[in-house]
Amino acid sequence: MRDEQLLETIERYLNGEMSADERRAFEILRTENAETDQRVIEHQQFTGLLKQYGDRVELEKRLNAIHEEIDVHTIAEEVSVRPMWIVQLWRHHHSKISVAASIAIFAILATLFITGKMDSNSTYQELSLKVDRIGSATNNLSKTVNALKNTTTRVLPQDKFRGTGFAITSNGLIATAYHVIDRADSVFVQNAAGRVFKAKVMYTDPRNDVAILKISDTTFTGLGAIPYTFKRAESGLAENVYTLGYPQDSAVYNSGWVTSHDGLNNDTVDYEISVPVNRGSSGAPLLDSKGNIVGIVKAKETHLEGVHFALKSAYLLNAIENMAVADSLIKKPVLNTKNMLAGLTRVQQVKKLQNYVFMVKVY
Amino acid sequence: MNKEYKTSTPTDSEIVFGILNNSENALERLYVAYFPMALQLIINNNGTPDDAKDIYQEAIIVLYNKIKKGDFELNSKLKTFIYSVCRRLWLKRLSQMSRYSGDLHDFQDFLPVEDELEEQSERDAQFGKMQQALQLLGEPCKTIIEDFYIHDRSMQEICESFGYTNADNAKTQKYKCLQRLKKLFFQQK
Repeated sequence: MRDEQLLETIERYLNGEMSADERRAFEILRTENAETDQRVIEHQQFTGLLKQYGDRVELEKRLNAIHEEIDVHTIAEEVSVRPMWIVQLWRHHHSKISVAASIAIFAILATLFITGKMDSNSTYQELSLKVDRIGSATNNLSKTVNALKNTTTRVLPQDKFRGTGFAITSNGLIATAYHVIDRADSVFVQNAAGRVFKAKVMYTDPRNDVAILKISDTTFTGLGAIPYTFKRAESGLAENVYTLGYPQDSAVYNSGWVTSHDGLNNDTVDYEISVPVNRGSSGAPLLDSKGNIVGIVKAKETHLEGVHFALKSAYLLNAIENMAVADSLIKKPVLNTKNMLAGLTRVQQVKKLQNYVFMVKVY
Repeated sequence: MNKEYKTSTPTDSEIVFGILNNSENALERLYVAYFPMALQLIINNNGTPDDAKDIYQEAIIVLYNKIKKGDFELNSKLKTFIYSVCRRLWLKRLSQMSRYSGDLHDFQDFLPVEDELEEQSERDAQFGKMQQALQLLGEPCKTIIEDFYIHDRSMQEICESFGYTNADNAKTQKYKCLQRLKKLFFQQK
């Protein structure tokens, strides 16, 4: 009760409601009683804060009332900094744009993958085609330059026709098919190491499709001893035979069987063989498993798959003999009679054989 | 009338003297004159119009109190002062929301205003506590206290409006209410 009275007194004092005497008495009490003084200050501060709080609430109300009157939206439109339309577009739609872009990239990759454009092989093909074209262009250019300068430098033009040949003697006699060198301006042979030698046609037998060349190049130093022998007797049916030819830039091995003693249209000069051969294999040697030359690869049946023909070796031997007869200046060549391939495996045979098989290039 | 205020910018001294004289008009003209500036600052720096309203009103209150206290010197322009306060408050708000990218897009010159804002935020904290305490106090205490201490109504009037038959009863009630309010206020941290 006393507390309540004190508070009322303090309030009367602070509000200036006391009479002069009362006021003086209370001020004396304040100076004498520190506790009372403390109460006065505390009350003054608290009610002051309360008043200020009230004022603040009032002020906020007024400000809100003023704010209500303002057209915020219109001002916002006026003052906002408009970025470029493309930036706005990006800001509003960047998620959609990102999704669309991802789908597009995925679609392109998928399409490339499905259509095989991503496959490195196709690039490789295109590339090789390009290289070919550049190569031929360069060659043509060289040809022209060469013709103009008329120099002795050997620059080989693109060959018109290509076949295979094989050595029959170590001094550079080479057998091939007649159709390979038919109507040739000049003939070159290239060995497995890629060296090219000029050759001249010594003898041709168009009827049996056989031709004999001789390496006439001054850089030619002779071959080693011929490892294979020549078989005059006919090979039996189902004899395992193989060939090594140049349908492409590197030698190609193929094997098969003698399937018939008669060639196309019952032509007895040829064997029918099942060795798969290609253009460019013409003139390649046909050997049996013991390393005897049994024929020369000639042709293929265009309408039947896997049917090929080879001239029997007997006709080659005839041609070699006839060559000496036809031109008395040529000594009869001495053929190898010592077979060095017989005991070897096929891999070893082919390895040896390679050095005696040539690519025949015709211009 | 209102429309005219919007287009004409009042002079700084008009505003200062208007506020000192408790002119309703002066406050409104001040508010209307610089709100677009604050809005421009805030909506172009990741804010919404509602953010702008909060920040601007806080800035106006700072200025208002400064003028009322009589320590606003007319050597800096009102516009610059308001802009600086808004800018400072908005930076603080942005970092609280961790939306501050480290780069504020400015439209005006500005001054350092940290000192004023510190004082303001202390007072704001006190007011927050007071508001909280009044909320917790409940009726009829809240109204009695507000009527007597804020709206300066006499005990006689309060007595009548609450239907107390005896003025002493009302006084006792008011005393109890005040004691409770103090308790609630000082209990808060």
